[in-house]
Amino acid sequence: MNKSVLTQPLRLSSVSAVLLFHSLTTTMLRLTAGRVGSLVARRATVALTTNSARMASHEVAQAVDMSQPMYVDRLDTPLPDKPYTDVLTAADKSLKQKEKGPWSQLSQEEKLALYRLAFHQTYPEMKRPSAEWKTVLGGMFIFLGFTGLLVWWQASYVYPPRPRTFDEEWQAKQLQRMLDMKVNPIEGFSAKWDYEKGQWK
Amino acid sequence: MSLAKPVMRGLLGKRLRFHLPIAFALSLVAAIGFKYGVTEPRKQAYADFYKQYDAVKEFTAMKEAGVFESVRPSGE
Repeated sequence: MNKSVLTQPLRLSSVSAVLLFHSLTTTMLRLTAGRVGSLVARRATVALTTNSARMASHEVAQAVDMSQPMYVDRLDTPLPDKPYTDVLTAADKSLKQKEKGPWSQLSQEEKLALYRLAFHQTYPEMKRPSAEWKTVLGGMFIFLGFTGLLVWWQASYVYPPRPRTFDEEWQAKQLQRMLDMKVNPIEGFSAKWDYEKGQWK
Repeated sequence: MSLAKPVMRGLLGKRLRFHLPIAFALSLVAAIGFKYGVTEPRKQAYADFYKQYDAVKEFTAMKEAGVFESVRPSGE
């Protein structure tokens, strides 16, 4: 492999490099579509499910009305627009009535039940770690490796022959010629060369 | 207890009155620093170089090294 590999611009492998960058920045968003909970992602996933359901015609998917207040589990929204449970059983309704009174009369289980009526996930549940980083890292390395293969192929089949000006011998002759011409003799190149001793100062 | 009315006017003027003198002073310092740090030493270096400069000697050295096309070294 010639030395000019790293000095040439990488055109063919730039596509793969772009894919790598893409995986770095967007994999998290893609795999956690439900968690992000932004309206656009929600709308996209909901639209996808309804279309595929209609096409498959196995079951009818629930079409979510985006114009109504929605419940969402988000770290930055501690109090969503509406409570989690819409339909309350008779037991839930009686519990809600009891909630209107003094809360010291509520037992621990009742308090937890009321919480679960209003919310879907707790903050620790929302924040629970996932194994997604393994997928991200794995994808990154796959694309990195593929890019490496492309670079290798490029160096073998695409690059033109190495210019003769890169040879050690040519570079030495070039250097000597620059010193003979006294390139920048006052403050620059030849100023650093000691002409009496024949060496760098 | 009601809060004092915040300042509504003259904000840009106040900022300029504070920052412009500092900006001018720093620019002046930068210019003076560059003059005496870079240009004066450079002028001195050029003066020293040309004080002991023999053009003919330099030309002959270059000619013997073979860098010219119009005049070749004395050997050829």
